[in-house]
Amino acid sequence: MSGPAARQRDPDRDPGLQPERTRLAWRRTTLSGTVVAVLAVKTVLHGGASAAGVVACAACCVLWLGFLSIAHRRIRALAVAASPAAFAPRHAAAAVLCTVAMAVCGAALVL
Amino acid sequence: MIEFVRNVRLWFAPAEVREDGETPDYRFSLANERTFLAWLRTALALIGGGFAVDQFLPDLRWGWRVGLALALLAAGVLCSLRAVNHWVRCERAMRRGEDLPVSRFPALLSLVVAVVAVAMVVVVLVGWEG
Repeated sequence: MSGPAARQRDPDRDPGLQPERTRLAWRRTTLSGTVVAVLAVKTVLHGGASAAGVVACAACCVLWLGFLSIAHRRIRALAVAASPAAFAPRHAAAAVLCTVAMAVCGAALVL
Repeated sequence: MIEFVRNVRLWFAPAEVREDGETPDYRFSLANERTFLAWLRTALALIGGGFAVDQFLPDLRWGWRVGLALALLAAGVLCSLRAVNHWVRCERAMRRGEDLPVSRFPALLSLVVAVVAVAMVVVVLVGWEG
């Protein structure tokens, strides 16, 4: 795809494809989050739906949506700018918060 | 510990990070971001493992099952918190032109994973009848 010919045609393009690699890393991470959300749904469906279980599962799905929106924004920012700005610590903290909250929901479901 | 609290403040104050030093080449920042994401995936995998232990080992005794699941979930939480902390520290070190911070967390995590793996082997060999 990015052979020597392509590079000659577009000299401004970053030869290391850093934004693309970062975009794919976001996609992979979102996919991992999806697996966790699906497992949460499976836990509730399998273990007889108690009210607390359904709430924890719904929270997991909302957190997954939150993570998805962070990833989406970042991917958009990467696509627009030629040399994208550094990732904001606030967004990093938000992504980690989603992950931690998913684990807490998991603990609630397991117990 | 005080250093950690200071870093936590930095997570929510992007302007303060920008005041330090000068902006590094964007490629370095992106590489740092990818490392952060890789750690976040590790954390999500641990959390997923916690769910999986609970779901796919139903014949285990309750104590073993919940204990293993909670240990994996806790490891996931630790891993994700450490991911953002290390990311902030690396970002700051790059801005100031210092050496990147070293960490014994990877060694610690691999030890924990090894212990959990041994526990799983013991559980599979011994715990089935329980």
